[in-house]
Amino acid sequence: MHKILEKRQLSYDQERDQGVYYFKVTAPEIARNRKAGQFIIFQIDDNYGERVPLTIADANADEGWIALVYQTVGASTRKFSRFNVGDEVPVLVGPLGSPTHIEKMDGVVVCVGGGIGVAPLHPIVQAHHNIGNKVIAIIGARSKNLVIFEDEMKAASDELIVVTDDGTYGRKALVTEPLKEICEREKVAEVVSIGPAIMMKFCVDTVRPFGYPITTSLNTIMIDGTGMCGCCRVSVGGETKFVCVDGPEFDGYKVDFDNMMKRMGAFKDKEREADHKCRIGLDAGKVSA
Amino acid sequence: MSEHKTTQELQNEAAKIWEELEAKKTAGTKLTPKDRTAIPPQEMPSRDPIQRAHEMGEVALGFTETQARVESERCIQCGGAPCKKGCPVGVPIPEFIAKIQQGDFKGAVDTIKQTNLLPAICGRVCPQEKQCQSFCTVGKMLKAPEKAVAIGRLERYVADWERANNQITVPTPAPDTGKKVAIVGSGPAGLTVAADTRRAGHSVTVFEAFQKTGGVMVYGIPEFRLPKEIVAKEVENLKKMGVEFKTSFLVGRTETLEQLLDREGYDAAFIGTGAGLPKFLGIEGENLIGVFSANEYLTRSNLMKAYDTEHADTPLYTAKRVAVFGGGNVAMDGARTALRLGAEKVYCVYRRTRAEMPARAEEVAHAIEEGVDFHFLENPTKFIGDEKGKLIGVELLNYELGEPDASGRRKPVAIPGTEHVLDIDAAVVALGNESNPLMAQTTAGLNVTKRGNIIVDENQKTSIPRVWAGGDIVLGAATVILAMGEGRRAAASINEYLASK
Ligand SMILES: Cc1cc2nc3c(=O)[nH]c(=O)nc-3n(C[C@H](O)[C@H](O)[C@H](O)COP(=O)(O)OP(=O)(O)OC[C@H]3O[C@@H](n4cnc5c(N)ncnc54)[C@H](O)[C@@H]3O)c2cc1C
Ligand code: SF4
Ligand code: FES
Repeated sequence: MHKILEKRQLSYDQERDQGVYYFKVTAPEIARNRKAGQFIIFQIDDNYGERVPLTIADANADEGWIALVYQTVGASTRKFSRFNVGDEVPVLVGPLGSPTHIEKMDGVVVCVGGGIGVAPLHPIVQAHHNIGNKVIAIIGARSKNLVIFEDEMKAASDELIVVTDDGTYGRKALVTEPLKEICEREKVAEVVSIGPAIMMKFCVDTVRPFGYPITTSLNTIMIDGTGMCGCCRVSVGGETKFVCVDGPEFDGYKVDFDNMMKRMGAFKDKEREADHKCRIGLDAGKVSA
Repeated sequence: MSEHKTTQELQNEAAKIWEELEAKKTAGTKLTPKDRTAIPPQEMPSRDPIQRAHEMGEVALGFTETQARVESERCIQCGGAPCKKGCPVGVPIPEFIAKIQQGDFKGAVDTIKQTNLLPAICGRVCPQEKQCQSFCTVGKMLKAPEKAVAIGRLERYVADWERANNQITVPTPAPDTGKKVAIVGSGPAGLTVAADTRRAGHSVTVFEAFQKTGGVMVYGIPEFRLPKEIVAKEVENLKKMGVEFKTSFLVGRTETLEQLLDREGYDAAFIGTGAGLPKFLGIEGENLIGVFSANEYLTRSNLMKAYDTEHADTPLYTAKRVAVFGGGNVAMDGARTALRLGAEKVYCVYRRTRAEMPARAEEVAHAIEEGVDFHFLENPTKFIGDEKGKLIGVELLNYELGEPDASGRRKPVAIPGTEHVLDIDAAVVALGNESNPLMAQTTAGLNVTKRGNIIVDENQKTSIPRVWAGGDIVLGAATVILAMGEGRRAAASINEYLASK
């Protein structure tokens, strides 16, 4: 049912032994009905496999495929990276979640993507662009070889700013620096931020003094993705919300990122302490939102 | 706690009784009602409590043939069949028991299947002591409802006999009508509608969001209570009848109900999406690490086989001291699963007392045998976490029973000042489920109640033409048999509608 049509490795992080892969998979119904901001859940084994949520990075309704971009971070994603063109993905359900709210806006839309978060950001940039909004995109990575989706983002935005931690490509900065400058100089209608929780948290802090709306897309652990189990719950404005149905996008000012980060670490053996000084925007989280 | 008897011991006891009964029969004496009620109720063989608490295998093992024959002789075939009135789908109970008395097991199971399509499942999970058995004359004569004829166990026996002996007859569907039926959800409601509409010759497709079919029967009710193989067998039989299953298909998102009806050409649709929205306590600390909904806890264990640490990719949250909150089947399943996942101490905290527990009596008894520590008349007020956001305890408040409430049960009333802390490292919230809003949100014109339950008429018809609904999505969290009953009613109405088209 869900045959792999194309497979590419977009980047490889030697330091962490993590690859980022691009998979194009047949899924006619999902391709037809998905909207920007929605995701799928896949499993590489219908008996024992973990259920992994991945945002749809691209889709073509006429050709009946969707594109998925993910990083090898756990057992399932590593096993998935060994799948090849022609193989079937045993379990793939979607599109899940509420679509991004897209409307013609007065002012610039700033889209900030960190690490693998650039992939889920892509359809949102596209959708804003298609409706006629001016989009400035900022994408960040730790180093040159970890920058992904640059051409796609360039094609879909009015201006693209690339930053790297070590300055090996684009500007040597964290995503929050150009974000702040844009907030100072432009009339911003909305900021959209997708990436590791810590990066989104800092984007919110950057935008707060300006009072511009900021939307963040959360990437919690999930099981069913239909609102049945509650494992994806987060605290938003003091209320418990389910990321899989109420989200994945929420008002960045209202999200309790600290609680979310703790919950996301719940199933990891070694919690990687996020060092936000040097890694802001760059420490690609568990899987893409 | 009564002494645990092995299957062999129970079989020996039954064999002795059977010999006496046979002797009477050969002597030509007919058993009087008095003789029959004097036969001791047959105890359900079960695996050793200490050992089984750490294994996933089924706990209740089912009657032996002799036990089933002996138990069936306890039925006095009283007139009027009060038991049948207590059955939500009106199984012809005295008739099927009479077949067992004659040794005709196939005849017995066929009799049950006239109205109940899933006897192997219902025999295991129905709350018989609240339904058929609570009306049984034998229980009344003995002034001991627990000594009623064990109707559920007999039902299970003949259904298991049929499966074990490959005697299952798959019904031949009527000639193709060219009509298409879409069924949303593969729980007991959906599977029943699938069977009945396919039988009428329609082409039937079941859409299921999960990768596996069976609904709560596979992801909620654990293996040790309902082996998944039994549910799989029912689905397999439906496939043999020509029912098509589309898994990992979330109606409302993958395609909307309207798309199925208008674009994919389905002539009728049934919504059996279950309850599936976990209730939380709404108290402080509920989002701490280590607090789970029962749905999450059970799904990780059942569907993703988290207990099988050798094979499973799903990380398992290991906890030594687990508290489960609630008093229904969901709570019992959560508590007993916690034991099997390796917890050293499992508490079950319930606001009322054992008498008010909505769980099946057998499950409560099994949980106690396995060592679950019940805290009755207590309720949590807040969860307590450490600096890393991990659960380390729960604050409980004592309760007492006050005046009866609307449901007739005595209302628990908090006793102020009795707060105390229980040290735990995992909590399972098992307060039941509310209705998942997805179908209502994605289907224009579908009327639901304030609580989100789909509103239907006496034929299970919804506010939208060509769309029926039933099971937990209509009733709120209910039972397998009620879901099946609604499914049968809906299917009859769908068949009637399609025949007239
Ligand atoms: C832990 C637990 C223990 C229980 N124990 C007992 C017991 O001992 N005895 C008893 O009688 N009852 C018990 N129950 C209740 C019983 O399981 C339910 O009442 C019954 O399963 C309801 O059947 P249903 O067909 O309405 O829905 P479900 O069994 O809930 O099935 C609904 C199915 O629909 C699917 N679905 C939902 N939305 C969509 C969608 N949009 N598109 C496609 N598919 C969808 C779901 O994934 C699910 O598989 C228990 C319930 C739980 C949770
Ligand atoms: S009520 Fe009891 S005794 Fe009477 S027919 Fe039913 S099972 Fe037999
Ligand atoms: S993933 Fe289960 S409720 Fe969101």
